[in-house]
Amino acid sequence: MTDDDDRVFKALADPTRRFLLDRLFVRDGRTLTELESELEMTRFGVMKHLRVLEDAGLVVTRRSGREKLHFLNPVPIRLIHNRWIDKYNERQVSALADLKTQLEEQS
Amino acid sequence: MTSTVQTSTTTQVYRVYIKATAQAIWDAITQPEWTNRYGYTGFANYDLRPGGGYSVTANEEFKAAARAGGNDIPEVIIEGEVLEADPPHKLVTTFRMLMDPEMAAEPVTRVSHEIKELDGYCSLTVTHELDGAPKLAAIVGGSQEEYGAGGGHAWVLSDLKTLLETGSSFANG
Repeated sequence: MTDDDDRVFKALADPTRRFLLDRLFVRDGRTLTELESELEMTRFGVMKHLRVLEDAGLVVTRRSGREKLHFLNPVPIRLIHNRWIDKYNERQVSALADLKTQLEEQS
Repeated sequence: MTSTVQTSTTTQVYRVYIKATAQAIWDAITQPEWTNRYGYTGFANYDLRPGGGYSVTANEEFKAAARAGGNDIPEVIIEGEVLEADPPHKLVTTFRMLMDPEMAAEPVTRVSHEIKELDGYCSLTVTHELDGAPKLAAIVGGSQEEYGAGGGHAWVLSDLKTLLETGSSFANG
């Protein structure tokens, strides 16, 4: 589904939205209020970004009592990963990614 | 920001959209000939009524690979109990991983599968409640992938989508 890929890439092409995903990666299941408290942005602005992420399938929401919790859904990124990285070169790619992380942490 | 309400949660939620009927997705989750074809493989066995049993047994290849890696795994690698079965839309079970003694000692967790029909495709949402089970949470969250533990639910669901939409999967590729 090409439209789906377009939505994922568009959603990721924004630093605020990547920041929101990073926050959810650290701890999943956050409310709008929690996410908003970490950004210099209006509640409405954060809601709009979350909506884009939700439309792309990168965020899934779930009700818990009166609260709406936001969860990072990595499946669309996994599907993009699978498209260009097969199981034979997966190890080399992740080894190189690890090397980059290690070297950059040292410097 | 000390006034921020913290909703600490150990639940993981995954969603995938699949061009297939709800029944085809339901079968791929509940029938052993299907579950052995994607993700971690193995034969799922569900007694689809509340209180019914749920187990997954490893296939020969999986057992051989585990032995080669120095892990002798039991015949039944996952066990649980069916809490709710509403074919082809909702399945809720308990879930205990028996492959590793430390994970087997963690509290029983709970997995729900929800299938919704949309316009010509379906959404499948997997919710795994992992209270008190950090080791299992790491495995199903995919963070142990580089140690050969597979990519967890995201990996399984993307593979399931590929299998249903193209007829072949990563696991059998």
